[in-house]
Amino acid sequence: MNLMTERNLEKAVNDKMNAQGNTIKMQGKDVTVHYGDKQALFGVSLDVPEKMVTALIGPSGCGKSTFLRSLNRMNDTIEGCKVGGLLTLDDEDIYNPKIDVVELRARVGMVFQKPNPFPKSIFENVAYGPRIHGLAKNRQQLDEIVEKSLRRASLFEEVKDRLHEAGTGLSGGQQQRLCIARAIAVSPEVILMDEPCSALDPIATAKVEELIDELRENYTIVIVTHSMQQAARVSQRTAMFHLGNLVEVGDTEMMFTSPTEKRTQDYITGRFG
Amino acid sequence: MTEQTAQHTVRSYDDELKFLTHKIAEMGGHAERMVEQAVAAMVNSDNALAQRVISDDLILDAGQREIDEKAITIIGKRQPMAVDLREVIGTIRISSDLERIGDLGKNIAKRVVAVTDTRQTLSVYRGLQTIAELALTQLKDVLDAYATRSVAQVNIVRERDDEIDALYTSLFRELLTYMMEDPRNISACTHLLFCAKNIERIGDHATNIAETVYYIVTGTQLPAERPKEDQSHTIVVDEPLAS
Repeated sequence: MNLMTERNLEKAVNDKMNAQGNTIKMQGKDVTVHYGDKQALFGVSLDVPEKMVTALIGPSGCGKSTFLRSLNRMNDTIEGCKVGGLLTLDDEDIYNPKIDVVELRARVGMVFQKPNPFPKSIFENVAYGPRIHGLAKNRQQLDEIVEKSLRRASLFEEVKDRLHEAGTGLSGGQQQRLCIARAIAVSPEVILMDEPCSALDPIATAKVEELIDELRENYTIVIVTHSMQQAARVSQRTAMFHLGNLVEVGDTEMMFTSPTEKRTQDYITGRFG
Repeated sequence: MTEQTAQHTVRSYDDELKFLTHKIAEMGGHAERMVEQAVAAMVNSDNALAQRVISDDLILDAGQREIDEKAITIIGKRQPMAVDLREVIGTIRISSDLERIGDLGKNIAKRVVAVTDTRQTLSVYRGLQTIAELALTQLKDVLDAYATRSVAQVNIVRERDDEIDALYTSLFRELLTYMMEDPRNISACTHLLFCAKNIERIGDHATNIAETVYYIVTGTQLPAERPKEDQSHTIVVDEPLAS
């Protein structure tokens, strides 16, 4: 088992180098989450490096979505939910009572499992955020933000002639890219994605994955996915959750070719339970 | 080290992986037998046995093709991850090494007729037998290492390849000496030299397999550099041949 110890050592060194190479954008330290009496997270410590895609994987009920939702305080909306430990964005405690939650959610945007455009026009879907946050001084600036966001979401070419038609009239894949455009429109620093492709067909999935890869240049992304292949394709870091604990975190390449933990191995190879 | 104990949730996936493992064991046994029989045919000038070895090579070729097809189907159908992925890729590599070993055995068998025509004294064959025994031990041990997923065994095999290389170098000198003694030996000894080289190559393939097994088990590569004992490329004939 000497070999084992050596590998762990090597891994620890690698992890440190990654942490040094990329600034830590968000950080969780000993994070616990309770839903009423039920504890969902048991002291998770995880760094989210800047301008990288971090994938959270694990079986249903492992706490990955709970962790994701605590990163922009979406859990606040759930009755009886209590978050403990420390969560920071740029070294600032996001659960500090002085923090403006609306502003936090503008900095840490979110894309959900099912595309959920507002029942408004494509234009209005994207313009809504910048408008309420006062990001545009006039109509021209707003137009620019909408176009830029739609372009970044690789949707502009497909919808430029029907910006004032309903967003709900788009295909599932287009709707999801519209939601990504809406998230981008308020210039967030971090984008959280909760299984963004689970309701999409393979081609729409490929488009969103391509988009995630492009978005990485400007944004920090955290994605929850049930597809191992997707995690392997889109992320640079992968964190494996199980029963409310963080089992292992490391370079995606390493996690999918030679994970250190048996539970990770069993999960990603389909041997669980 | 992550152990591979639990079964897959999808049981037919396990069956598919098991098929690959069994097929490798089968090919391995077959390759061993081919090499053993080829050398026996050479030493005993047994042409019939040599012919059998030559035609048996088809079985190894078919085995390799079957493993390739199955492995590609598994990759396409299951998208294997981690240890499973290493396992599938590993079997592709190992089967190709085994197929090459079969080719080398076949090549020895093909030379039996030529050497038989100019039957040599028994001592000439002794060196060939010794190096063949060593290569076969390597092959057997590395197949055991594959079957038991033993890293310790892998290292033993890898270290021992030096012995084959050293033996090959000395055999090279020996055959060169026979040729210098009597030019009538040249044709047979050249064939035997190729046979010795083939066996040395078989040792190298065994080492390749050892490295693949190590990768399957640990997920890390062995360091590439290994001291080479094969010095035959430096050997020259010191004195000019008497004319």
